[in-house]
Amino acid sequence: MKIEVLKNISSANDTIATRNKQVLDKHKVFALNCMSSPGAGKTSLILQTIDRLRNELKLAVIEGDVASKIDADKIDKQGIPVVQINTGAACSLEAQMITPSLDKLPLENIDVLFIENVGNLICPAEFALGEHKKVVISSMPEGDDKPAKYPLMFTEADVVVINKIDLLPHIEFDVASFRKTVEGLNPDVKIFEVSCKTGDGIDAWCSWLSTEAKKAAS
Amino acid sequence: MRPGEVAAGKVHELAITEQMLNIALDEAKAAQVSKITKINLVIGELSGVVSDCVLFYFDFLKKDTAAEEATIDFEPVPAELRCRDCLAEFALPDSLWICPNCQSSSIEVISGRHCYVESIEVE
Repeated sequence: MKIEVLKNISSANDTIATRNKQVLDKHKVFALNCMSSPGAGKTSLILQTIDRLRNELKLAVIEGDVASKIDADKIDKQGIPVVQINTGAACSLEAQMITPSLDKLPLENIDVLFIENVGNLICPAEFALGEHKKVVISSMPEGDDKPAKYPLMFTEADVVVINKIDLLPHIEFDVASFRKTVEGLNPDVKIFEVSCKTGDGIDAWCSWLSTEAKKAAS
Repeated sequence: MRPGEVAAGKVHELAITEQMLNIALDEAKAAQVSKITKINLVIGELSGVVSDCVLFYFDFLKKDTAAEEATIDFEPVPAELRCRDCLAEFALPDSLWICPNCQSSSIEVISGRHCYVESIEVE
């Protein structure tokens, strides 16, 4: 006997992601799922944003890493609420890992939650976590061909942040070609060019984030 | 607040295989049958699911369940892309996502992200 099922395999994850989002919405927390290759500057961008926006918005961070608390310790030093998730062998965060982390955060006192995913340009695109926006950080030393090589990640992104623009004089990176590929895959995407080292471009990113967070809370 | 810790650990195909098996077991339970002989999956070329990995995890996850003797059938769905400029539809290119007709890089995915349990076969 054959039983027709027609159920998405991601449905269990999606159900939990929707529940996470409801919890976030209830507390008016605007959540960002930050994804990138290892070393592109997810933590650096979060630290720069904390520096600029800490007096304007109440921020918190969930750190996802295969191992270690290195990133969580950096955030903790800033006096910002942080939860570290160690995924062990897992290549990505999943919605069910976020749920217990939300319980550990003072949600009633948070405006913006950064969820820093495991450094990987493939798997994190597959799992919704309950975020409001997906942010992909791509750094110049990785090369301008990343959107062509990992098209799905860039198709999913709401925002792409090009980091390490201070290195442009030293490396070959065609900004126009990068932008063209990303906008081709994803015409609605917002692209920022920043350097977390010099601070260039961070104001524009922060201004976007602040506007979106306030829009979501109103 | 000190950094808290939440432990969890899975690779992507393990999570997907577990979810697939749970869907199949729930359906069998709802239909009040005790044995699943086959799980039919539809997997798109762009779904990011590697079938050999799924089979590897399925072999140990299915033990002591109603799907213990089940096999998996994968129905692959090829990716279909469409050019936003000239509306040409084409298969996944070998290299860059560029329209073979007009060389535009404004491309959308119209098919190939599927990843679902189509049906189960039971006794």
